[in-house]
Amino acid sequence: MIRDITIGQHFPGNSLVHRLDPRMKIILTIGYIVLLFLAANPAGLLLSGLLLVILYRSSNIPLKLIGKSLKPIFPIIVFTVVLNLFFVTGQSQPLVEFGFIKIYSEGIRYAILMGARIVLLIAGTSLLTYTTSPISLTDAIERLLSPLAKLHCSVHELAMVMTIALRFIPTLIEETDKIMNAQKARGAQLDSGTLQQRMKAMVPILIPLFVSAFRRADELAMAMECRCYRGGEGRTRLKQLRLTSKDWICFVVCVAAFAAIWLTNFAFQSL
Amino acid sequence: MEDKAKIQAKEIRFRYMQDMPPAVDGVNMQIKKGEFVAVLGANGCGKSTLSKHFNAILLPESGTVTVEGMDTQQEEHLYDIRQKVGMVFQNPDNQIVATVVEEDVAFALENLGVPPTEIRTRIDEAMEMAGIFKHKHKAPHKLSGGQKQRVAIAGVIAMRPDCLILDEATAMLDPIGREKVMKTIRRLNKEFGITVVSITHYMEEAAQADRILVMNKGKVVLEGTPKEVFSQVDLLHSLRLDVPQATELAQQLRKAGLDMPEDCITEEECAQALAKLLA
Amino acid sequence: MGAIIRAEHLTQIYGQGMPDASTAIDDLSFEIEEGDFVGLIGSTGSGKSTLINHFNGILKPTSGKLYIDGQDMWADPKQIRKFRFLVGLVFQYPEYQLFEETVEKDIAYGPINMGLSEQEIRERVKQAAELCEIDAEMLKKSPFDLSGGQKRRVAIAGVIAMRPRVLVLDEPAAGLDPEGRDNILSQIKAYHKETGTTVVLVSHSMEDIAKYADKVIVMNQSKIKMYDTTEKVFARAEELLQMGLSVPQVTKIFLKLREMGINVPANVYTIPYAVKTILAHQAEKKGEIV
Repeated sequence: MIRDITIGQHFPGNSLVHRLDPRMKIILTIGYIVLLFLAANPAGLLLSGLLLVILYRSSNIPLKLIGKSLKPIFPIIVFTVVLNLFFVTGQSQPLVEFGFIKIYSEGIRYAILMGARIVLLIAGTSLLTYTTSPISLTDAIERLLSPLAKLHCSVHELAMVMTIALRFIPTLIEETDKIMNAQKARGAQLDSGTLQQRMKAMVPILIPLFVSAFRRADELAMAMECRCYRGGEGRTRLKQLRLTSKDWICFVVCVAAFAAIWLTNFAFQSL
Repeated sequence: MEDKAKIQAKEIRFRYMQDMPPAVDGVNMQIKKGEFVAVLGANGCGKSTLSKHFNAILLPESGTVTVEGMDTQQEEHLYDIRQKVGMVFQNPDNQIVATVVEEDVAFALENLGVPPTEIRTRIDEAMEMAGIFKHKHKAPHKLSGGQKQRVAIAGVIAMRPDCLILDEATAMLDPIGREKVMKTIRRLNKEFGITVVSITHYMEEAAQADRILVMNKGKVVLEGTPKEVFSQVDLLHSLRLDVPQATELAQQLRKAGLDMPEDCITEEECAQALAKLLA
Repeated sequence: MGAIIRAEHLTQIYGQGMPDASTAIDDLSFEIEEGDFVGLIGSTGSGKSTLINHFNGILKPTSGKLYIDGQDMWADPKQIRKFRFLVGLVFQYPEYQLFEETVEKDIAYGPINMGLSEQEIRERVKQAAELCEIDAEMLKKSPFDLSGGQKRRVAIAGVIAMRPRVLVLDEPAAGLDPEGRDNILSQIKAYHKETGTTVVLVSHSMEDIAKYADKVIVMNQSKIKMYDTTEKVFARAEELLQMGLSVPQVTKIFLKLREMGINVPANVYTIPYAVKTILAHQAEKKGEIV
């Protein structure tokens, strides 16, 4: 069911990782992604993976959740692995030769490394969303982007849009489910027929969904007005973001770990 | 008398579109401080439109609405009025903005520019008053309808309004959720002195009010205490409204020639009267 | 008449095998007779929504069987649509499923899905519209231009047009004003009487159940706790109250009278019946005095 999507879900907790300043977490996550591209050698990826396992453990997020968040992009991983396996050519003799298919040892190496890199990429960014509530995430993005407000970019509005989107995704998913059931009860065939028939069968779902989304938007706007909403100007926030020594220590430790992993490049051949 | 009125409407008229009949047509009314007023009327009678005038969501075409002496037409009072008169709507899903309960309750205070430490104390107090403090870290979509509606109430009372307007706030709830919300509302009214204006289709809810206004075709057609209003059974039926079953039963027995009081609106009163009759 | 719906050990577990698995309905076995008007009551989370989704084949039972008109519903999952036409389901707030340009086309959506002839579709739309008091002018309008109560009637007509043997309605009167509520429910009652269609009505309003249903199913904690005539169910008012359910206000009044030690019957659930009971009691008393 569509309700089972876990990517982007938040698992509340009280670990050090949970309590870190979300801005710091975003910056470190970006740093980690960069690292995955810089230190793309077996030892580098292995250590990056190890670092991630330690972080997952210390934030009490079960490792099996990684598997769940990988599910939706599994085809992409398979595609990448297969592509590398078959199309990377090496200088040495191919290991397997089967008609036009030639597999080189380099191909296997690249396939494994690329696959591992994507897995780590998803697992790393998932850790960010697992340990950070959507609202502090948008908060952090708003604040990280706040210099742009001086250039007349609507940073607050952007953050508000993100918050409302996050708030209404579960509501609209539930609504889609309800409308689908209602149309099924009237004999709609949603899961059979040609592609064209299926597209046509979606019309009775999409129209009510849009109508209801607009109605909700209308009512929400009124409710927000009633609660004195008037844009970002003069707004205060319940949660103040303040970088503490704990954040800086984590920053230094992580940067040191990143640097150490990057250094493996000089011991091993990079991609 | 006049200065005690919280909200005052004088001869207000409102049309949604030029070529449409007025939704509110010459209403005069006032709501006093600390009162619990229920507004009844069939769908399309203008009760919801009227209530949206009380916090300047709508402005009258003619006539005036004042909130503690402030005219809703005057732009400079807009946020003072909205802070003083809070509003809760029918659909609990469509009035919660944030993804965490306490963040949502804080929304209005953030808009008003209240300092963060004060926001904290005020939202804790508001969540306590609405009975949702223990859910403060939850995501709104994980709550029941009644709980969501109490989150919406907390989000409004965090502004420390003097008046709370409920626009069919219990219509989408199940009986248990409805009872909990009504209990919260009664407590806010009795213990904290918040004026309540409740638009409802539930006669049992209206029976608990201090005063009832009945609207029809944009006009206030009947006004009085629940006893006064519900004793007009035939008039209410002609306005396409119900009365509580207790009232209905008493009236039918009276018609059958039994000695039943005209003004019994609760189960208790009806049972007492019947007991006297049957004993 | 025979049973139109028969459940045998019907069970539904959500998220089976997961740590947060929950049993929504637990080993239900019962029958609904063809031609009955059955009320279904129970508090939120009692399993009644799950149960009515089963009637329409929206859910597949975790275990147990459901027979519609004697046929096993899930014998061949490919045939499930056939049963959806046998059991019409009107969801809560059904007006939110309207999508066509005109009311007429929207009502025709179900019959078109059934693959009926154009002639037949036209006839069914006409009849369903009549039953739901939708006039010719309204048929040409966009469903989005109607009032809340009108939209609701159109949505119900859309299900009635499929001419189901059983009509299941989940809170058809929710959110309507008293008149709108009476209109919808009395139209459903009239439709039931006219066509003999079996009706299952889910409602939180005990007054409405008392007024319209002949039999009542009471659900609590995933089980059927009572299934009897309306009179007999409301005679067990104390038990209903204990389950967190309500009873009609008249029943509460009679309960209070009994607590005061006055000898009145416990099974009073409508106003006309209450009036009759009290007048009879009075007459008896006078008789004693004379």
